[in-house]
Amino acid sequence: MGALDGKVALITGAARGQGAAEARLFVERGAKVMLTDVLDEEGKAVAAEIGDSAAYMHLDVTSEQGWKEVVAATVAKFGKLNVLINNAGIITAPKEVHETSLEDYRKVIDINQIGVFLGMREVVEPMKKDGNSSIVNIASIDGLIGMYGASAYCASKFAVRGMTKVAALELGKYGIRVNSLHPGGVQTKILGDLGISEDQADGAFKSTPLGRIAKSEEMATLAAYLASDDASYSTGSEFVADGGLTAGFALEG
Amino acid sequence: MNNLHDKVALITGSARGQGAAEARLFASRGAKVVITDVLDEEGKAVAAEIGDAAHYIHLDVTDENSWAAAVKETVERFGKLNVLVNNAGIVQIKPLVESSVADYMKVIEINQLGVFLGMRTVAGPMKEAGGGSIINISSIDGLIGMSGGTAYCASKFAVRGMTKVAAMELGPDNIRVNSIHPGGIHTPMITQTGMDDSAMNDIFGKVPLGRVGQPEEMATLAAYLASDDSSYSTGSEFIADGGLTAGFSLEG
Repeated sequence: MGALDGKVALITGAARGQGAAEARLFVERGAKVMLTDVLDEEGKAVAAEIGDSAAYMHLDVTSEQGWKEVVAATVAKFGKLNVLINNAGIITAPKEVHETSLEDYRKVIDINQIGVFLGMREVVEPMKKDGNSSIVNIASIDGLIGMYGASAYCASKFAVRGMTKVAALELGKYGIRVNSLHPGGVQTKILGDLGISEDQADGAFKSTPLGRIAKSEEMATLAAYLASDDASYSTGSEFVADGGLTAGFALEG
Repeated sequence: MNNLHDKVALITGSARGQGAAEARLFASRGAKVVITDVLDEEGKAVAAEIGDAAHYIHLDVTDENSWAAAVKETVERFGKLNVLVNNAGIVQIKPLVESSVADYMKVIEINQLGVFLGMRTVAGPMKEAGGGSIINISSIDGLIGMSGGTAYCASKFAVRGMTKVAAMELGPDNIRVNSIHPGGIHTPMITQTGMDDSAMNDIFGKVPLGRVGQPEEMATLAAYLASDDSSYSTGSEFIADGGLTAGFSLEG
């Protein structure tokens, strides 16, 4: 018996990185998964590799209509929807605040923040019907502390953290739990998008207590915990997996 | 789902309540469990009920020698020690102005020094085991205040702080250290304060999830942190409070 038997999960940004790792692990633990992304070819390939328990649909998380269609299709295909992983997100090249264009800022907010808002809103009806549901919003350590050159990214991730708590207050009575997950440095394509090599990324996290960057699979296990009934009394909280990066600072090397 | 195979866990205060629930769940998921408490009769009964995977040792968490002996016996019996759940604790509701130093120190000794001693004593064996996970049971009172809980809150905030320092210091030895923050849980610690079920429900029924938590729901979180599933988490707070600390509502 898998810990996610009976769960039907919609995962955004699931064509690669953490989202793909979540999709694979969730199915392995008994869930049905609807993978969504804007990268259709990669998303379809991941779904095909997973097999019958997975399906892929195109979803631009900034599109209200897109959300409605995906939620309806998920319920139609798998009979219900009781887990949402709001994983889709982007990061832009570091820019100090006075060099950040409004257009760049809005682009990050649209995807990382509005996308989560829309997702939470659209899944409430099916989740209410199920009565035992979990929304996991992927924030970041940048939703806990600042990151130089990332006004929009930090704003969006702090916003996700805040919205998570409000949704937890409002949706608890329907049996819907809402928590945020805060990864630290994770070896994913998002870093490659910034032109950071694997070696560089690993080096940057050497000074954290666990001394290494994380694998996507180590975020998937936390998302799986929050999706499962094991987390039945947790809602409205931050769940951090950052190798100790935010634990504090050391006076000694 | 047996994701605690190869784990040997020492759990303090596990004769009843959350500690006993943790011991039962850990064993059911494949771990060997050392149950410790000062309530010997109840502790032995829990160990006997679990069977060969469990063993009871008397441990007063405020006593350095008692810690050294319990850890030594654990390693002798099960070959290693790679999980510690610092669960033992007491609660005391007393207004600040009525609290004597003796009242205050009693709570600090058990809830705070007990955790300090536990972490210190297991670090060596855990390093030898190639790493481990220390789970310190704090409370929502390590995140927010509780009236009448000067000593309790002080001790639980202290546990939260020490958790982060230990995470930084022990990370290089692959020892992860995290704190768990339960909200209102139906355990003897609460019922002993004289609060009955209906009083508990009046207070904790107002949380977003609308109910009191059960010890088993804390055990599942502890099991997650004890397992390799949480391999990249250290130095953080893990909250299971039904949404109590999520915020406040302007509407009923």
